[in-house]
Amino acid sequence: MAVLVIADHNNSTLVPITLNTVTAAQAIDGDVHLLVAGNNAGSAVEAAKNIAGVTKVLHVDAPKYEYQLAEALTPIVVEQGVNYSHILFPSNTTGKNVGPRVAALLDVAQISDVVEIISSDTFVRPIYAGNAMATVQSSDPIKVITVRGTAFAAAEATGGSGTVETVAAIDDPALSDFLGEELTKSERPELTAARVIVSGGRGMQSGENFDIIEKLADKLGAAVGASRAAVDAGYKPNDYQVGQTGKVVAPELYVAVGISGAIQHLAGMKDSKVIVAVNKDEEAPIFSVADYGIVGDLFKIIPELDEELIKQDIKPH
Amino acid sequence: MKLLVAVKRVIDYNVKVRVKVDETGVETSNVKMSMNPFDEIAVEEAIRLLENGTASEVVAVSMGVQQCQETIRTALAMGADRGIHVKTDEELQPLAVAKLLSKIVEHEKPDAVILGKQAIDDDSNQTGQMLAGVLGWSQGTFASEIVLTNSKVNVTREIDGGLQTIAINLPAVITTDLRLNEPRYASLPNIMKAKKKEIVEMTPEGLGVDITPRLTTLKVTEPPKREEGIKVETVSELVEKLKNEAGVI
Ligand SMILES: Cc1cc2nc3c(=O)[nH]c(=O)nc-3n(C[C@H](O)[C@H](O)[C@H](O)COP(=O)(O)OP(=O)(O)OC[C@H]3O[C@@H](n4cnc5c(N)ncnc54)[C@H](O)[C@@H]3O)c2cc1C
Ligand SMILES: Nc1ncnc2c1ncn2[C@@H]1O[C@H](COP(=O)(O)O)[C@@H](O)[C@H]1O
Repeated sequence: MAVLVIADHNNSTLVPITLNTVTAAQAIDGDVHLLVAGNNAGSAVEAAKNIAGVTKVLHVDAPKYEYQLAEALTPIVVEQGVNYSHILFPSNTTGKNVGPRVAALLDVAQISDVVEIISSDTFVRPIYAGNAMATVQSSDPIKVITVRGTAFAAAEATGGSGTVETVAAIDDPALSDFLGEELTKSERPELTAARVIVSGGRGMQSGENFDIIEKLADKLGAAVGASRAAVDAGYKPNDYQVGQTGKVVAPELYVAVGISGAIQHLAGMKDSKVIVAVNKDEEAPIFSVADYGIVGDLFKIIPELDEELIKQDIKPH
Repeated sequence: MKLLVAVKRVIDYNVKVRVKVDETGVETSNVKMSMNPFDEIAVEEAIRLLENGTASEVVAVSMGVQQCQETIRTALAMGADRGIHVKTDEELQPLAVAKLLSKIVEHEKPDAVILGKQAIDDDSNQTGQMLAGVLGWSQGTFASEIVLTNSKVNVTREIDGGLQTIAINLPAVITTDLRLNEPRYASLPNIMKAKKKEIVEMTPEGLGVDITPRLTTLKVTEPPKREEGIKVETVSELVEKLKNEAGVI
């Protein structure tokens, strides 16, 4: 049986993690279908059918699907999902919100944050903030899975030629309404998709001091992240948080500045290819995962680093 | 209104967990156990609603081994009115917990159930959403602010791009994110008072729920280790290494 991937999108473009989820689906079965539930989501559907390896796109369009609210989305996913062996959601805040509700209505377990597909019923997932990896086997007839994006490469966005099937919307009891959102606007790459990330922690001491992080990020073409302590202190908004309960990232280069390296923070970044840590405390646990550590005052080191990048003529890739 | 709060007993978040050598799980003997941090936030939120007169009663529920009663006592010491313990030595997975909670909801008829968004042991992030699904209720997950109006709750949710606010009908399931509030410590007098509060014991059989696990853990292993890194003395050395050795800039 084919695998159904639930696309995350904003009605015009797909959220990039959808592509990683498609790759995970392909590791289960070659026949991958995508469900795009949205409102005037024609261009998202167009993008979906172009993904390499997607054979079919199910398109359902109605105002109630505009914001991917769980109460509205679940009935349509359940109705379509029963025809599949696996239903895959991206493990982002949309997938995490909807997936378990779908699983409950199908009376099956959800397998959260899958990082490896061993076979069609056996999967690897991190537990205890990534301090252990569990290999689990599901006995359920339908496997509902959320996929950790950083563990799978993105599928090619073009080259596919999936067919599009229109599906009728389903009535639901309208239990929830969207009131508004406050989205962080940034010219920078999105955290979970960035090639380089510079993150600041409590050691930054203030929101204004993040300016030196931003400046460094400009030089590297990097996204900016933060520890929970920095977010709690109000230096940066919540969507900057990297960690067990924030975003999980795995860039080519992660620079941790004034971050001690609590296990909850490491859980979100220790799969980065190269880690640099700047901390004045040489005993800080962040150094245990850092490839390159530099001990000293960040307010001296970061500006120096900035100048060194200019001197050596380093430009964003 | 009446509130139900789910509290899970987990390995304390400060403990560095170790995988057992036989790969059957993680070491739990002689390890400090505590209430799941997100559940402390759930209890705190419920107690605040009690204190400001919005809620009339707060019931704390925990499921699992006998010692879960300590976790319930913590909730009672923080200010919950009474406790329910669903006792079992069997492994409980989120779907089973959600079904057990739904049975308790049938008896207790709360207006809302507040859970943590995620238990820091299994990191599932499922139970609240599953409970809402089983009950056919609305769900306000990853809440960083809750405002009750007449028959609705406005929930501000922490989402990937920032914050989203939704209005959901009551009865509802709400799950807490870290910035919803800062949980209090129980005072000594309140800890003493909590000893006299009632905890009712129930069982999965008594509630008529099949808790058979759907997932079998085949093995639990250490995550891949990172190779030991080096300390560099100067930023020019750092830049040189990043450029020539690591090739990432
Ligand atoms: C349930 C739960 C979930 C959590 N989830 C997350 C999560 O997702 N992400 C997360 O990050 N945390 C999370 N935490 C919090 C985590 O436990 C730590 O409290 C947090 O990561 C600490 O942030 P920090 O390293 O910025 O601050 P601190 O631990 O205070 O470290 C600050 C560091 O800055 C250094 N420093 C200070 N001044 C300077 C200077 N001038 N120059 C150089 N270095 C300096 C200090 O030496 C220190 O090492 C969670 C906690 C709990 C209980
Ligand atoms: N055994 C349990 N007893 C009480 N509450 C639980 C239990 N398991 C899960 N929960 C609740 O469900 C939330 C999410 O857990 P999980 O879905 O396992 O990540 C927790 O924060 C608790 O509020």
